[in-house]
Amino acid sequence: MQDFPGVLAEARLWQIVGLSLEVSLSAVGLAALAGLPLGAALAVARFPGRHAVVVLLNALMGLPPVVVGLAIYLLLSRAGPLGSLGLLFTPGAMVIAQTVLILPIIAALSRQAVEDAWREYEEQLRSLGARGMRAALTVLWDIRFSLLTVVLAGLGRAAAEVGAVIIVGGNIDGVTRVMTTAIALETSKGDLPLALGLGLVLIAVVIAVNAAAFLVKEAAQRRYG
Amino acid sequence: MILPLQLSEVTYRDIIKPLTLEIAAGPSTIILGANGAGKSVLMRLMHGLLAPTGGRIAWHESDPARVRRLQAMVFQRPVMLRRSALANVVYALALAGVPALEREPMARAALDEVGLSYLARRPARVLSGGEQQRLALARAWALHPEVIFLDEPTASLDPSATREIEAVIRAFDASGTKVVMATHNLGQARRLGDEVIYLHQGRVLERTPAERFFSQPASAEAAAFIRGELPWV
Repeated sequence: MQDFPGVLAEARLWQIVGLSLEVSLSAVGLAALAGLPLGAALAVARFPGRHAVVVLLNALMGLPPVVVGLAIYLLLSRAGPLGSLGLLFTPGAMVIAQTVLILPIIAALSRQAVEDAWREYEEQLRSLGARGMRAALTVLWDIRFSLLTVVLAGLGRAAAEVGAVIIVGGNIDGVTRVMTTAIALETSKGDLPLALGLGLVLIAVVIAVNAAAFLVKEAAQRRYG
Repeated sequence: MILPLQLSEVTYRDIIKPLTLEIAAGPSTIILGANGAGKSVLMRLMHGLLAPTGGRIAWHESDPARVRRLQAMVFQRPVMLRRSALANVVYALALAGVPALEREPMARAALDEVGLSYLARRPARVLSGGEQQRLALARAWALHPEVIFLDEPTASLDPSATREIEAVIRAFDASGTKVVMATHNLGQARRLGDEVIYLHQGRVLERTPAERFFSQPASAEAAAFIRGELPWV
């Protein structure tokens, strides 16, 4: 463990941390942009087969990252349908894979949150004349502080997973190496102090992001009730 | 004019028994009855939040968009959005299709009407119960509806907040809006009602001018209710 401070000083480490955050935050941003309205729409819509869709969406929360990685790999590989984009083994491919992985988490959890709130809002909004997607988005915006936890659940999953990013990113030093793939590599090489150091940094980063989100949420909730 | 509202042989599950009723423009109508008499369900049927399981509900106006826009409802517990008091009223105006530039002046006028102008910028959810209910009245009032349905608007408020709400309701009534209010509060019915519809177990037992209802109720159930007895024990 003596070389632990030395590890932290390495610029390479910070490059890895930076890329991890960049990939996972981008994926969370994209997944939230699509998943929150999707969840809200599913919460207020009534159509045949809705229950099946809800169950399927909930089940997709448990998608194994390696399976998502493999599917995206096949799509992006040179012979695949999206091979011409040349995205395989780039951070872009990693963002796509993580977005697919956490979209169901954000959509399923926000569906539940909006549906619970809908019980309180439905009559009032219908009385005011809000219908369909307009009503869904109104509720979504009104419970925005609670949805922060939903987004954090997605971020947690993205930051922690290794299976998807290692398959579509390839763990290329300086290009697609992120914290989790670096930890996996250093562990297999036997450099346990470095792996452990990276692990601690990863946990610290996740705690810092969650703490910031918590403070924002608390302040906003005090202000708006 | 969307009034009169005509209910013909309307039923709702086993809560509302076949019920025929006309609500016309003019003096306020109080729907009085004990808990469980079906007041809230009847209000929701008239407002269009519930579809009757039998019978027919028809407005004089046939255009559904106009019918929606010219009526409003205030619930026992208003639901306020997590935004300012003013923004809550503006939101309702936006839904009603009021052009963007006219919304804020209209919303401010409505807040003024209920005496809440000084709280316009305050987040609606942190207002007191009485203030929230006045805000709900302003939100309903902003469009100057022809009919306003009030479902026990003061049931969860203290006496001073109740007085404020009643003053606002009286102002609505004086401006020519038809007030239809459900309550189980006899004092309130006496203070605000011009006519009373007495509802008992989903049936209209009486419809009489308020004065006569309190001095000489026609049905034994209403007489018992006025004496403060529970008619079913």
